Amino acid sequence: MKQSSLFQALGAVIKRDLLLAYRQRAELINPLAFFVMVITLFPLALGAEIALLKRIAPAIIWVAALLASLMSIDNLFRADYDDGSLELMVMTPHPLSVLVLAKVTAHWLVSSVPLLFIAPLMGLMLHMDSDVIGVLLLTLLLGMPVLSLIGGIAVALTLGLRKGGALLAILVLPLYVPILIFAGGAVDAAMSGLPISGHTSMMCAILFLAITLTPLPTAAALKMSLS
Amino acid sequence: MNANKLEAHRLSCIRDERVLFSELSFTLNSGQVLLIEGANGAGKTSLLRILTGFRKPDTGDLFWNDDALDDAQEFYRDTAYIGHHNGLKDTLTAEENLRYAQALASTALTIDDALEHVGLDGYQQTLVRFMSAGQRRRLALARLLCTRKALWILDEPFTSLDRASIKLFEKFIENHVSQGGLTIMTSHHNTAIPHTLLQKIHL
Repeated sequence: MKQSSLFQALGAVIKRDLLLAYRQRAELINPLAFFVMVITLFPLALGAEIALLKRIAPAIIWVAALLASLMSIDNLFRADYDDGSLELMVMTPHPLSVLVLAKVTAHWLVSSVPLLFIAPLMGLMLHMDSDVIGVLLLTLLLGMPVLSLIGGIAVALTLGLRKGGALLAILVLPLYVPILIFAGGAVDAAMSGLPISGHTSMMCAILFLAITLTPLPTAAALKMSLS
Repeated sequence: MNANKLEAHRLSCIRDERVLFSELSFTLNSGQVLLIEGANGAGKTSLLRILTGFRKPDTGDLFWNDDALDDAQEFYRDTAYIGHHNGLKDTLTAEENLRYAQALASTALTIDDALEHVGLDGYQQTLVRFMSAGQRRRLALARLLCTRKALWILDEPFTSLDRASIKLFEKFIENHVSQGGLTIMTSHHNTAIPHTLLQKIHL
């Protein structure tokens, strides 16, 4: 009879979103296939220049991951908005910002974690050294959640628009730049045999900042979209 | 259930420079149903969205048990809303949909009992995608039964329901208010809820 706890609610949101993703597996494949295809096209277009490929491989993988994340982010709240589940989520005694964090977590698990598994294979295909691949993975691990968290704000802001897709990209891409720069810097440093801790520390800081701060504007924007 | 009270004080709503309503005040106590009537576009849904806290009234205040609605968290603990959309996920089963609703609120009836009450017994494992419009509406209303909320805010709850189901739900609403609950609803149908329980607002 008693009110569900915040953790129950969090668990329920994550569990439901994972279940929904599992039931709509076909939609999960899209960003993944996009990621693989974009990366595969680069060696074909560049020709037999292994040194050049090796040099730009991390950038290719990062940009592909960023665009794949942008592709899937629009779905974060769209379906909930259309079928009325968002109203239910807002009308709980739990703070909306925390439920938003649960939704973003589920989105990250579903859309970014598979990329983390494929990225090393892509790295090998592009002749990256194994230690550089390790650093690349670390930057993806730290950076991809930030992309989802920042994307969440933009998605919530554009919910009321019928065709928010292009606007979403314009809103979000400038905000993705810092994380891309630090990730590129870390991998660059690793390739030249320099310490990467400066860059990764900055990425950690951005990640924690994003976890604590982005759910608040996202929740506010969601409430606005319902009015 | 504790005695609850929703108080609206001189609400007004302006949309696209048209005044939908103004100076609207009412008090709704435990054990009462508020029926909001009006022609299409009269502002019924806008009023409900103000009462749910989704939309701010252009002027006026709302109080839930004498607390202003600005801090909606307390209010939402006690409030269930069913709007034009059912808030169901097509690719989840009836049971999964209700379980999710329970996890966000507090439990009243078990899921099986709630489904039986709305005549969807045996549909536990059916995906909502395969249900008819009326069955979906019934499932959405089953959410009211399986979660414990004092105030029900229902926007056209009887859309796409057959006559027998409408009767059934009017009984549920009567039961709910007789146990100290409150209901606010809009409806085009002539309701069979006893007049002693009923307050009407005509927009």
